[in-house]
Amino acid sequence: MVDLSVSLAGVPLKNPIIPASGTFGYGREYGELYDLNILGSFSWKGTTALPRPGNPLPRIAETPSGMLNAVGLQNPGMDAVLSEEVPNIARLFQGPVIANVGGFSVDEYVENCRKLEDIDQVAILEVNISCPNVHAGGRNFGCDPAAAAEVTAAVKAAIRKPVFMKLTPNVSDIAEIARACADAGADGLCLINTLLGMRIDLKTRRPVLANRTGGLSGPAVFPVALRMVWDVYEAVDIPIIGCGGVSSAEDAAEMMLAGAAAVEVGAANLRDPYACKTIIEDLPAVCERLGAAHIADLTGAAHRR
Amino acid sequence: MKRCTFTLEHTRRLTEDTYELVLSGDGASVTAPGQFVDLSLPGKFLRRPISVCSWSDEGLLLLVKVVGDGTRQLVRSVPGTVFDTLSGLGNGFDVDAASGTPILAGGGIGIAPLYGLARVLRQRGEPVTAALGFRTAADAFYLSEFAALGCDLMVATEDGTLGVKGFVTDLIQKRPERDYVFTCGPLPMLRAVHALPQLRGGQFSFEARMGCGFGACMGCSVPTADGYKRVCKDGPILYKEEIVW
Repeated sequence: MVDLSVSLAGVPLKNPIIPASGTFGYGREYGELYDLNILGSFSWKGTTALPRPGNPLPRIAETPSGMLNAVGLQNPGMDAVLSEEVPNIARLFQGPVIANVGGFSVDEYVENCRKLEDIDQVAILEVNISCPNVHAGGRNFGCDPAAAAEVTAAVKAAIRKPVFMKLTPNVSDIAEIARACADAGADGLCLINTLLGMRIDLKTRRPVLANRTGGLSGPAVFPVALRMVWDVYEAVDIPIIGCGGVSSAEDAAEMMLAGAAAVEVGAANLRDPYACKTIIEDLPAVCERLGAAHIADLTGAAHRR
Repeated sequence: MKRCTFTLEHTRRLTEDTYELVLSGDGASVTAPGQFVDLSLPGKFLRRPISVCSWSDEGLLLLVKVVGDGTRQLVRSVPGTVFDTLSGLGNGFDVDAASGTPILAGGGIGIAPLYGLARVLRQRGEPVTAALGFRTAADAFYLSEFAALGCDLMVATEDGTLGVKGFVTDLIQKRPERDYVFTCGPLPMLRAVHALPQLRGGQFSFEARMGCGFGACMGCSVPTADGYKRVCKDGPILYKEEIVW
């Protein structure tokens, strides 16, 4: 019997599998398909203070082994999430929830996080400083170590819940950003967000996405995410949620071997709405193959020789 | 929504770029005309959303126009190919929500869901008037199938090589007593239909590039008078009064 339980900055999860923000909404659509209580946790859709309509269509494009999205952080705003989604989440899922929070200023991040401080079910705040779609928004914070540290320190000073900073891969040295967040008091890190990319329609000679650029996700980014998790694991001592292209239990195990304490599954949910369920069901057999009686023992094991 | 597999039985070429695909499988996963299926294709990450033309307990009928790699791969699939499918997606047409005297109006590949709708209406014993538009006679398809349902059929082509020279809107205007529309077609056509003063209401089927197809990713949400709606989950059918252009 394999023990799938893991701990994220003191928050116990029954297993390390977490649907990634932006691919799982607030759980409603998947709750119609399977019992969400099989999940370790789930990271809800990035939520900003005010409702956001998002970008014009097309927002989606196919890529080799993946997809581009330029949704643009469409969400109903923090107050609507608190009044309509939080009570519904409690009906669908009784485990710990990761609240993904966006923001366009340090003050907005702090204010959004404060509003979640008293929601018992929110166990971890995942602060998105890396969404590549919003020109005025998160990207700048996540690309600059000083700005990333400033957001981290401000949020940490304001709330008691564990704070995980979600990092963008669109930087030359992600370990530097990771260290800045860790030094500023982050309880953990989540990486990676999507990689900036684009496609051009040969017929129209115009970018496929109305936003021109979008975030690349799916199996195509898995090796990039894995390498970054490896580098960050070497650089910091706080827990890492590995995210990027994970599509199978084997991928999840690989991500943990690179240093992830838990694993987020994103684009795979869009292609296969049962992806997380399948991965969780497959995990025990994969652990047995690896000789791991406790899945948490896999974390960072590839670094040890 | 239901996840199931469909097996390709045979493919028939209807025009230069449009094909009819007969699939066997759980057709009962479709619950309303105008719904769509999201097919997984080998080597493609995203599924391909395809409107259901017709369905039975034994399977589905799809009409597919080749517009890119995915649809080309789909129509070139050999009989026996099994497609992992999300079925019964979207709201579909609501025949009971129609008020007034309806007309079906389709343009090009947009006639596909209207065929299934016409079948449902005829099975209920209701008369059906269908206005179908194509670019040219060589692009026209499924006219005999609509006629076989017992529809009052009107056809227009842009160059006049078949039926009336003009557009679907010209056909609708020939029936001024028709004040409710069920329609699917290219965006400019939907827009022109929407603007017809004789129509007091209607159901408009939209298409979009989709991520998931079941409402999770917000990849296809569009502004409406009633807030943002997801073409895949809240649509693909939007009602006349909620559509903003």
